[in-house]
Amino acid sequence: MHLAYPAVLSALLFCTGLYGVLARRNAILVLMSVELMLNAVNLNLVAFDVWLSRTAKDTLHSGQALTLFTIAIAAAEIGIGLAIVLAVYRNRGTSDIDKLRDTAEGPETADPDTEGPGTSAAEKAEAPA
Amino acid sequence: MTFAQAQHGFLSPTGVEIAFLLVGLVTLGAALITVTTRQLVHAALWLVVALGGLAVEYLLLTAEFIAWVQVLIYVGSVVVLLLFGLMLTKAPIGHSPDADSGNRWAALTVAVAAAVALVWVVTDAFRTTWLDLDGPAAGTTAVTGASLFRHWVLPFEALSVLLLAALVGAIVLSRKARADEAAAPAAPAKEGVR
Repeated sequence: MHLAYPAVLSALLFCTGLYGVLARRNAILVLMSVELMLNAVNLNLVAFDVWLSRTAKDTLHSGQALTLFTIAIAAAEIGIGLAIVLAVYRNRGTSDIDKLRDTAEGPETADPDTEGPGTSAAEKAEAPA
Repeated sequence: MTFAQAQHGFLSPTGVEIAFLLVGLVTLGAALITVTTRQLVHAALWLVVALGGLAVEYLLLTAEFIAWVQVLIYVGSVVVLLLFGLMLTKAPIGHSPDADSGNRWAALTVAVAAAVALVWVVTDAFRTTWLDLDGPAAGTTAVTGASLFRHWVLPFEALSVLLLAALVGAIVLSRKARADEAAAPAAPAKEGVR
């Protein structure tokens, strides 16, 4: 097999994930796009490991070991990411990335600032009662 | 090796290449639907198709252990986690017109530019490189296990510590609400700080 096939497929998958990360609004859809990008990298690692294990003498199968590590780290990442998204949703009532602008600078800070702490203060005021 | 490279052209693909191409088209199409569909649950389900297609690609590249790990972890657990996340954040079922943000065209420009640049560089670099898939498989369980536990033991153990840390972190983050209720009397003090 030509090495160009998996390399091109991996590049296209990566750019698909890139589009998803930039264009999506829901945080969970952004996490899905991140998974696509990580999988593109995994495909590259596996393809180049198969190529190198034939041509080089001793490669320790580093590509496949790194792929397994990437898969495990991606699993940890998705767990932590979903926990953060759920915590944000519980505090703000939305998982919409466009509305999470508390650290934004410029003229737009006035709007969400009055919204964000206001709602959380209301929640905290309700909590003891 | 040079003779072998001279024999292989793109106009006479082998059977493995045709299979790789077809599965790759399915995978890429599923990935495109995943990032463009307006129905959030459908995006997660198309992601299953994309990740499963990638598992088949690993099998075609003779990396069978990684293919089954991919099926187990990605298709088995990551997508289920994502579906649970969609449910717990009360994602709208059905058509949701605001799934994409306003910067779609900027994102499309960036992605297409990156795709053109990457595909151009990659095809230019690896046009003549031939991947020899004959002979013993490069990624059987025996080969992968031997290399993993002979040369990669320390990273493997460090990874288990990382997974434990991620587990504890996810539990702590998920228990935040109860901690808030317990610390509710202390809340006004925090408000004063803010």
